[in-house]
Amino acid sequence: MANFETVVVNTDLLIIGGGMSAAGAAFEAAHWAKKHNLKVTVVDKAAMDRSGAVAMGLSAINQYVAYGKNRNTLEDYVHYVRQDLMGISREDLVYDIARHVDSSVHLFEKWGLPIWKDENGEYVHEGRWQIMINGESYKVIVAEAAKNAMNEAGYKDWLYERVFIVEPLMDGDKCIGGVGFSVRENKFYVFLAKATMALMGGAVHVFRPRSVGEGLGRAWYPPWNAGSTAYFTIRAGAEMTSQEVRFIPIRFKDGYGPVGAWFLLFKSRATNCHGEEYMVTRKDELPKWAPYGLAKPMPANLRNWLGMEDIMDGKGPIFMRTEEAIANLAAKYKDDPKAFKKKMKELEAEAWEDFLDMTISQALLWAGMDIQPEEKSSEIAPAEPYFIGSHSGASGAWVCGASDVMPPEYAKDWEKVGQYVGMTTVKGLFTAGDGSGASSHKFSSGSHAEGRIAAKGAIAYILDNNTAPTVDDATVNKWKETILAPLARFEQYASVSSDPDINHEFIKPKMFMFRLQKIMDEYCAGVSAQFKTNKALLERGLELLGMLKEDSVKLAAEDLHELLRAWENTHRMWIAESHLRHVLFREESRWPGYYFRADYPDMDEANWKCFVNSVYNPQTGEWNMMKKPVVNIC
Amino acid sequence: MPSFVILEKCDGCKGQDKTACMYICPQDLMVLDKEKMKAWNRAPDMCWECYNCVKICPQQAVDVRGYADFVPMGASCVPLRGSQDIMWTVKFRGGMVKRFKFPIRTTPEGQCVPFPADWPTETDDIRSPMLCTEPKSMGQDTFPTLKK
Repeated sequence: MANFETVVVNTDLLIIGGGMSAAGAAFEAAHWAKKHNLKVTVVDKAAMDRSGAVAMGLSAINQYVAYGKNRNTLEDYVHYVRQDLMGISREDLVYDIARHVDSSVHLFEKWGLPIWKDENGEYVHEGRWQIMINGESYKVIVAEAAKNAMNEAGYKDWLYERVFIVEPLMDGDKCIGGVGFSVRENKFYVFLAKATMALMGGAVHVFRPRSVGEGLGRAWYPPWNAGSTAYFTIRAGAEMTSQEVRFIPIRFKDGYGPVGAWFLLFKSRATNCHGEEYMVTRKDELPKWAPYGLAKPMPANLRNWLGMEDIMDGKGPIFMRTEEAIANLAAKYKDDPKAFKKKMKELEAEAWEDFLDMTISQALLWAGMDIQPEEKSSEIAPAEPYFIGSHSGASGAWVCGASDVMPPEYAKDWEKVGQYVGMTTVKGLFTAGDGSGASSHKFSSGSHAEGRIAAKGAIAYILDNNTAPTVDDATVNKWKETILAPLARFEQYASVSSDPDINHEFIKPKMFMFRLQKIMDEYCAGVSAQFKTNKALLERGLELLGMLKEDSVKLAAEDLHELLRAWENTHRMWIAESHLRHVLFREESRWPGYYFRADYPDMDEANWKCFVNSVYNPQTGEWNMMKKPVVNIC
Repeated sequence: MPSFVILEKCDGCKGQDKTACMYICPQDLMVLDKEKMKAWNRAPDMCWECYNCVKICPQQAVDVRGYADFVPMGASCVPLRGSQDIMWTVKFRGGMVKRFKFPIRTTPEGQCVPFPADWPTETDDIRSPMLCTEPKSMGQDTFPTLKK
């Protein structure tokens, strides 16, 4: 096997990832680290301009509280998230993100992001908390601000792109950085840091997607989200929360174009094969999920559930009635042909921009099916499950809240390790965005704000724990050998068979991913299982996952790109196991439109109105499952 | 195919060690074949169709053909991204063509000012929950906290 140079980088704050949280963290760190003469290093597996979930762009910012404009209060936002997550949320985290998110949005606008304005110069709201943007370059602008902040603060050589961090580096119970490799050249990287931020996003392709041919990559959430944040925090021994709360979006079928503008801005209906609206015909289902089922707005998972019930009853396809919605919006101009034409043109451009800014595939699918939304309805469908704690899912690490809002019931979890906002239960390890759990509905803007919050917490931690970490050569060499092993395995065995991908000695990353997806889909409530599971299915799934885990040491990679895939898929396997264990532990159905425990078909407020948390013990390999109380802060 | 390279137009970014599409692809899919001096997408079925390779290519040598397993043939979406806006040409299966133009930013490329001068950071305390540029950037004069 080719020789790999070992590169050791010493820093104070290590930021892993390059998406919205990481860009927020780098921006904030530039201010505080410079003030305290500390070094900051960012490591991204892609190019920061277009890395992370906002790589393609976005057509809306989904969290803007507008409390400075007296439109809402921060407490309103806490109540909104509590309701949407069926009572289970870290309200201190939600409050803290909500109070900082407007700052991030106002900065985005100053930095150059075009935000739609009405005739009074106010932001155009898509919904109560959502504002419309011309967001093709949203990520480019936010990355640019982070880069300019770091460069203006005088930092040099602070950004490592195309370097994939595989494992946390530990010194006893303290995280001291991470190890990984360049996906472009034969280099093994060791980053040593006084504090580490794991900001590598959520997870896609853990479950089998609906499209498995060429469209395999067209998940709703981008396929480069490989569960690396969860892997990093789990393997470091951090307490995880709400790992059972996956997210399933209902989106335009197959292309996964956004529906928010259609439902909220254009007021479109969705109807089944009989022309019925499941939101109306199935409303008698809602008292079963009280109090959340009866309050407004209806939780995303319950809206899903009503639609899923229609589909399971054979009442599909479900159509978004775009033509009806546009006709209704244009109706008030019908007596003035010129104004009518102008309005129709405007609505048409808005509808197409919604897709072209963030899900170009959906525009291509419309064009491919000759669909003009003002003339013809479009199918919608529930996607496969994803892990996205920043959206309406809630999976992630259990992190420390802000000192002025965190209730004492949570604060005690940081008594031993120190109370620093954004820190996991592991010393020196911070996370945010998709990485921190139970603080849903932060989306792009809130993830940026939370990255900033946690970066300041990490700098505070470094100032109190300012000793340079060290690692011995034996540890470095052990990780180097482990991480590069798939390359060695391919080289050793590829030539034994007529097909370099098929022999008894190894499994290639893609087939490994398919095996994982099949297990999760069929046993852990994926699309083909109609999002339902039970104890026996889960235990069988866990057994199969166990064998997959054993086989993960037989992954083989023919080049650096496949080595990246090998480790990404290993990361996926770990978030899968964590998820399955949480689903198994929680003996009720609380988010039926995300998954349904057929053996516990009801919500059980008396026993399960609590968080499910877990800790993986890196020494023993055991998982400790536990309940944690939910505290209402307002 | 998701994204693919039009061989006639691709010049391999003129012999630099990496092409623009390789630089930008968030999924590490674009590769330069140094012998042919042409880039290619090594795993079209892991492509998200984010169009970043299409938008960045200086030769307009990258196109997208919708996923063959669910997109009927004959359509295309072609962007032309400038420094202030983006133009889209959408061609339908039936031959109809629509064009759209949307703004992409309001500041000159590369020149955004990260810390606006009128939003000073009003604390030096690393333990304070107040972040840089706050409270002015929040649209507030005072820093909000929980009403208990």
